[in-house]
Amino acid sequence: MLSRTADHLYWMSRQTERAENLARMLDIHYRHSLLPHTAEEFERQWTATLLSLGQLDAFQKQHGDPTAATAFRYLAFDRENPGSIVSCLGAARENARAIRGSITSEMWETLNTTWLDVRSSTARATPEIGPFLEWVRYRAHLSRGVTLGTMLRDDAFQFTRLGTFLEGADGTARMLLARAQPGTELTDHASVPDSYAWTLLLRSLSAFEVYRKVYRDAVTPRRVAELLILRDDLPRSLHRCLLELHANLKLVGNQGSSETERRAGALYSTLRYGRLEDLCKDGLQAYLQEFLATLADLSWRIARDFLLPATAY
Amino acid sequence: MPAYDEMLTAENVRRQHYERYGEWLDAQSADVISRRRAEADSLFHRVGITFAVYGEDEGTERLIPFDVVPRVMADTEWRFLEAGLKQRVRALNAFLHDVYHGQDILKAGVIPADVILCNTQYRPEMQDIDVPGGIYAHIAGVDVVRDAAGTFRVLEDNLRVPSGVSYMLENRKVMMRLFPELFAAHRIAPVEHYPDVLLENLRSVAPIGVKEPVVALMTPGAHNSAYFEHAFLAQQMGVELVEGQDLFVRDDSVYMRTTMGPRRVDVIYRRIDDDFLDPLAFRPDSMLGVPGLLAAYRAGRVTIANAIGTGIADDKSIYPYVPDMVRFYLGEEPTLQNVDTYILRKPEDLAYTLAHLPELVVKEVHGAGGYGMLIGPTSSHAEIEEFRLRILADPSNYIAQPTLALSTCPTFVEQGIAPRHIDLRPYVLSGRDITIVPGGLTRVALREGSLVVNSSQGGGTKDTWVLEQ
Repeated sequence: MLSRTADHLYWMSRQTERAENLARMLDIHYRHSLLPHTAEEFERQWTATLLSLGQLDAFQKQHGDPTAATAFRYLAFDRENPGSIVSCLGAARENARAIRGSITSEMWETLNTTWLDVRSSTARATPEIGPFLEWVRYRAHLSRGVTLGTMLRDDAFQFTRLGTFLEGADGTARMLLARAQPGTELTDHASVPDSYAWTLLLRSLSAFEVYRKVYRDAVTPRRVAELLILRDDLPRSLHRCLLELHANLKLVGNQGSSETERRAGALYSTLRYGRLEDLCKDGLQAYLQEFLATLADLSWRIARDFLLPATAY
Repeated sequence: MPAYDEMLTAENVRRQHYERYGEWLDAQSADVISRRRAEADSLFHRVGITFAVYGEDEGTERLIPFDVVPRVMADTEWRFLEAGLKQRVRALNAFLHDVYHGQDILKAGVIPADVILCNTQYRPEMQDIDVPGGIYAHIAGVDVVRDAAGTFRVLEDNLRVPSGVSYMLENRKVMMRLFPELFAAHRIAPVEHYPDVLLENLRSVAPIGVKEPVVALMTPGAHNSAYFEHAFLAQQMGVELVEGQDLFVRDDSVYMRTTMGPRRVDVIYRRIDDDFLDPLAFRPDSMLGVPGLLAAYRAGRVTIANAIGTGIADDKSIYPYVPDMVRFYLGEEPTLQNVDTYILRKPEDLAYTLAHLPELVVKEVHGAGGYGMLIGPTSSHAEIEEFRLRILADPSNYIAQPTLALSTCPTFVEQGIAPRHIDLRPYVLSGRDITIVPGGLTRVALREGSLVVNSSQGGGTKDTWVLEQ
């Protein structure tokens, strides 16, 4: 397959996944805004979210301290912000458009319709945030379904999946990171407000019911972290995403990609065989920051091995 | 003189090949037709069959208006046209070979040498290069119109990168979805095999000795107005859609950059103009091309379709000589006629044209797409006078033709079904053989009385039915 085609496929699925992750992240704030809270608490959480996304500086330059209105608008609807939901959906569609011959027409129609709809619904007024976030998630389900349901299982599929799982791991890690304070301890008990916050995180990751099923017990930070990091059967867990990432990387491997595959395998085995206490010995926050750095290295290596036009042949 | 109508004779009687369709049409309410058209529009939008309009905001995408009333051709009409087109394209390919080799036609004085050699479309780089099968114009989109007497005439031979064939294919798909009953009731010649024929055709002109030729379709990129078509054709043929940045040349061979390393390319179906193909040979500022491509081509290691330099055969200053080419190379009388043309570099033609501007259509010899032309009968006095000055400044830059009353075809417009002017672009494929998928793309001028069918100027398209006997 053309490197450029692989690049578009990979970014098409990354941007789709990113839009979904953003919607899930904003969903926490939306649900939280419906609970009793103080203004300072609210601002602190937005700051944590923007920071975990690496968008705090850019945001503050334009809008100062975050308020619900400015932060929602910036992360959901702002077309000038390349990291907003609307921009991600547009970028996913542009990537798909560039390679519409390599995806099924159903996939193209799904991504194109998502973009046409979001464009028309945000053209005149700002939509209501709750239903909008729900709609984004619904469209993400459709995109995933149409990919799995129609695409030939060839290298085009594998590069699409690479993007999905890389971004999936990234999203889950950042959502956990936004929750993790420097001193967050992975305890087996939680205060009522704390337990609410962890529950919101689970709900936004569609993992609350799973949690109940798996643990049949109160929501505690340690179990939430274990579920989201180490469970191999939760679709959005770091373990699951790395398992898929590593498997797809093996399938597309070429002569120059063995080191990338090794590093992905190494990261995967820490999740496969590691223990939460060991991984988080310096705290959850430190672990997640290191995880994201390793993921960024993988992302850079995938680009170098497969996606960037090679000049050195 | 009133225009020739495809459906009705001058006595208002339906022509035989329109019998059945006409009856069906009479039985439909305007409501049904308008509902189906809305359905067609939403189909085209959803599938994303759009084109970009130059000069508007970047990324502007528009739908080409689609008319649900088909253009119907009788079997006999088509067979005549097909024979004429094959003859014409054979002569054009022979001409291109000659121009880039011995130039017999210039020596014989059939065409003035300076018309060719001083033409910017003449590519000296191509001199004495042998291309596989001697074929230069592998894909020709010949524009054919019918005059008031119903005679088919060729308006333009598009031999560079003719577009529109995806609309021919998509129009048919949409029509079959909207009107299955009509397809059951008529014997309509299929067109869906065009991509297969095209691929076979491209493979047949691979460099000598290549057993399993790898074909790629080269596009200027997603912002080109015809990008949809490029992607569509690549997908339908199952070949890679490449941009210049995806290709590189090493040791005179062309390779694609793939996720598994370099892969050789043998035939490039390029949808990008000569000027942009190779920054080393042509425009150095081209970001779209492949450095070294011309060298690989000259070494015979890759086939470029259409060949470089075909523009010399479809230039408007050459067009008047095409019937002579048929006589010169094939020793036959041309089956298809040209539209009468005044060559303004000739003083007597210039004098006539200047005296009859309000009746004539004047075209720039290098213009395309309906830009840079004067349509006398529909232009104001001021416009005509302005154009007169432009002609006088450089007469050899223009040709003139009588205003043709292009034939009309029933079309669904706001007022209901009404006649609108149409043309036809059949796609002539030359390789080992010459193949033409029956019909082609019918373009229609949707505004009442308008003769401009170009999509960039408010034209629409129709499905084209050739009825088999």
